[in-house]
Amino acid sequence: MIKVQIENFSLESEISKLLEKNSNVGAISSFIGVVRNKYKDKDLVSMTLEHYPGMTEKMLKKIEDEAISRWNLLDTLIIHRYGELFPGNNIVLVITLSKHRQDSINACHFLIDWLKTKGPFWKYEKTKNSGHWVEALESDNLEERKWES
Amino acid sequence: MKILYFSWIKDGIGKHQEEITLNENIKTISQLIDFLIKIDQKYKEVFSDMSSIRFSKNMNVVNIDEKISNNDEIAFFPPMTGG
Repeated sequence: MIKVQIENFSLESEISKLLEKNSNVGAISSFIGVVRNKYKDKDLVSMTLEHYPGMTEKMLKKIEDEAISRWNLLDTLIIHRYGELFPGNNIVLVITLSKHRQDSINACHFLIDWLKTKGPFWKYEKTKNSGHWVEALESDNLEERKWES
Repeated sequence: MKILYFSWIKDGIGKHQEEITLNENIKTISQLIDFLIKIDQKYKEVFSDMSSIRFSKNMNVVNIDEKISNNDEIAFFPPMTGG
């Protein structure tokens, strides 16, 4: 399931809902991305996530479908927030459920790597005296490429 | 045609979206960029480094030679930074 929202999320309540929905779950993996409090040596005031409504849902669904085709999963959840966020706030949640651990661990890792480079989001970081758009990292592209099969 | 701009491209051009009507000489994204560059200096500046610009047609990532028509929604954006 895909959710693109302004609101915060709770890992615990999302896992509870997924466990109610699924039976024979043997493994749950999760990842949460959080806003850091520094940009280089400066204090970060906020991070605003812009996205492309419509395309975001479409791309996230594609990424989820890819994970489902590669691993034996019982369920998946991706929640990606947008709007103005502050240091310590949650940005993204990925949860994968499977019977055996390797499927949930690898699918969760894959999902967050692909979200980094294929999720149509752009981040604007504000410090006390300035602001800048976050550039894509070459290291993220390398992380994504390692899943090429 | 609806054109959307995101991130620093939006800031550089000074708007998030616009509607334009393509003339018959504009058949690809590359030709659309050439057309926009002639309208205003702002486009010229934004499109001066094409290595940091990506494109989509109807919400699918495409390349610069993609064919376009007046019914399409085109977007220009830098490499994505999700997660």
